[in-house]
Amino acid sequence: MATGFHGVGAAVAALSSSPSNSFDSKKLLCSPRRSFPVRKGASFVVDRSDGSVNLDNNPKARRAQQLIVNAVANKADSSPASSSSKPGHELLLFEALREGLEEEMDRDPRVCVMGEDVGHYGGSYKVTRGLAEKFGDLRVLDTPIAENSFTGMGIGAAMTGLRPVVEGMNMGFLLLAFNQISNNCGMLHYTSGGQFTIPIVIRGPGGVGRQLGAEHSQRLESYFQSIPGIQMVACSTPYNAKGLMKAAIRSENPVILFEHVLLYNLKERLPDEDYICNLEEAEMVRPGEHVTILTYSRMRYHVMQAAKTLVNKGYDPEVIDIRSLKPFDLHTIGNSVKKTHRVLIVEECMRTGGIGASLTAAITENFHDYLDAPIMCLSSQDVPTPYAGTLEEWTVVQPAQIVTAVEQLCK
Amino acid sequence: MALSYLRSSSSRSANLLRPLSSAASLRRPISTDTTPITIETSVPFTSHQCEAPSRSVETNPSELLTFFRDMALMRRMEIAADSLYKAKLIRGFCHLYDGQEAVAVGMEAAITKKDCIITAYRDHCTFVGRGGTLLEVFAELMGRQAGCSKGKGGSMHFYKKDSNFYGGHGIVGAQVPLGCGLAFAQKYSKDESVTFALYGDGAANQGQLFEALNISALWDLPAILVCENNHYGMGTAEWRAAKSPAYYKRGDYVPGLKVDGMDALAVKQACKFAKEHALKNGPIILEMDTYRYHGHSMSDPGSTYRTRDEISGVRQERDPIERVRKLVLSHDLATEKELKDIEKEVRKEVDNAIAQAKESPMPEPSELFSNVYAKGLGAESFGADRKEVRATLA
Repeated sequence: MATGFHGVGAAVAALSSSPSNSFDSKKLLCSPRRSFPVRKGASFVVDRSDGSVNLDNNPKARRAQQLIVNAVANKADSSPASSSSKPGHELLLFEALREGLEEEMDRDPRVCVMGEDVGHYGGSYKVTRGLAEKFGDLRVLDTPIAENSFTGMGIGAAMTGLRPVVEGMNMGFLLLAFNQISNNCGMLHYTSGGQFTIPIVIRGPGGVGRQLGAEHSQRLESYFQSIPGIQMVACSTPYNAKGLMKAAIRSENPVILFEHVLLYNLKERLPDEDYICNLEEAEMVRPGEHVTILTYSRMRYHVMQAAKTLVNKGYDPEVIDIRSLKPFDLHTIGNSVKKTHRVLIVEECMRTGGIGASLTAAITENFHDYLDAPIMCLSSQDVPTPYAGTLEEWTVVQPAQIVTAVEQLCK
Repeated sequence: MALSYLRSSSSRSANLLRPLSSAASLRRPISTDTTPITIETSVPFTSHQCEAPSRSVETNPSELLTFFRDMALMRRMEIAADSLYKAKLIRGFCHLYDGQEAVAVGMEAAITKKDCIITAYRDHCTFVGRGGTLLEVFAELMGRQAGCSKGKGGSMHFYKKDSNFYGGHGIVGAQVPLGCGLAFAQKYSKDESVTFALYGDGAANQGQLFEALNISALWDLPAILVCENNHYGMGTAEWRAAKSPAYYKRGDYVPGLKVDGMDALAVKQACKFAKEHALKNGPIILEMDTYRYHGHSMSDPGSTYRTRDEISGVRQERDPIERVRKLVLSHDLATEKELKDIEKEVRKEVDNAIAQAKESPMPEPSELFSNVYAKGLGAESFGADRKEVRATLA
């Protein structure tokens, strides 16, 4: 399914209140479809959990592209299905998360949600809006501001067989619950000799937002990645957000689902039928031949933007959204490396000890012989995220840097 | 009744009855006698924001003898663990519970296996109280396969899921939010059961306790927080660590009860009271005034921060096993000899378990990678040289 982008005005307004003086708000969310190079014979491709890969031109997807771009629905399309009876329904990413959560709560009475302001307030990012009214206060629980203890309580409840979904209002706040996540969540299955499983999902938005300041722009995946016994996934599109949420809830292992503050208003058409995404699988965003670009979460969009420029310059990048941060999907990644022999990792973590650092090590160990050049890793700077907009821009990787890196790699 | 005459005469002249007592037909059915006896606790309860339960505890000979046997077993087990540690068969951290047995035993008498117990790292006796076997204890302490956690947990990680014993936690205070989570699950499933979350006087100063207590009180969870106050947080006496050592009052809006933790009957009464309270009114705090004879752990001699006189004083005046022994003898429920026989039996049981545990093998190398994830993910793991040992995480 092609990922559509929300309209300009609504997106900017729906984001955090800072005025749109940062350049990439428009570029990020509102890149017009038509400038996307749709090459003959291959269009925008997504690797699905059922293993099917849409390599053919998906006429419906392309029609969707055209429909979003054209303000007026044109008959020249001459498709038998008009937009109203097109299969699937359009959702924003936070709505997709909610839909996934709601479906799982309907399906299994043991699923409950706990977090700050998730109930009556509806969730600080509206992911849980409406759920408290539907499921009641015992299944959608407003907690006081006590991350350490309510994460611990979620883990304790999970030990008995409940399936809580613990929300950190911002991933950074979960640092207060690090002990519970590391020792109790990750290790209890092992230290009890397999007696207890902890089917908990810990989720929340993280990443660098719009001038939210250092403490609210943290990337916790780098801190959590060493904890044995947990799985980490990062969603980036409404499709995989819903799929990963459902898969995480159904998993018997503790899963940490990383969302991103700036991606909540992405819009996409989702299928009506039930689906989940494989937790351990990476997503092929754009197949190519020259270089493998590995990325996840928000950086995927910076990479795709850079990809446009690169294609215009004659390069053919293969873009993979790794999605599974722990464990890495070395199968998909390996196949790609064997094909292109060049790897660029683009991540939002800091250079030191980030996901990119681990991924570089993993690829080097496993696929060293297939590499024609050293792996390049573009990460955020090793600094606390500054408040000033220009400084914040320079902290994270920008598309121009990605283009330069690929040119250097493919020299 | 003829039997009671026999009983009273035997206490005066044990020799006379020795040949008769060995005959099965004349054996007094003490171990199954359930005629109720009422015994007063050593001290009255002190309460905070609630009505203290009565000092008179209903019990029966069978229960008292079970108390004696169980506590003697636990005591012997801990002493044996001490020797094993000094023989370097147990390594790492080993926190012994001797002196505090009355808390584990009294609590079990008041609740069922459907109620949950979660405690910190001083968990050997609590595990046994929940139905764990001696073999599982010693094997786990020595890191063998027959251990309750397959040798992968160690002294601080005993668990028994089928009798709702949730461990076994090394980080001070972290088990209390877990315990409130257990209570939450019980409320969610409408179980009519309660959770006892045990912690020490050292952990009582942890912030997460108050966080969890606040949430439990808000959501009316059937959580009972039990502070096993042995007056020392490792090497620091309670008066040096807590501005207000009245731990049962720390709940403020949550009611509390202070209990003599060396009196198994008082513990039983308090836990019964607490269970009824928690099911109706939400969380309650119990403070068990108890004492540990050993140091904090085997690496701590236990004498640098307290005097030997203090330790022996408590042992003489308040020892839980001695208290029950005196009760049994003064109510003529068994003879001295019978009690000594029980202790000998218990000692043999412990020795047998140790011998059996020593024969249990160390875990297989593949166990290093099992139980990391609940279902095999096929994720690969490397050995130290990162080239050779590859295993699939199961």
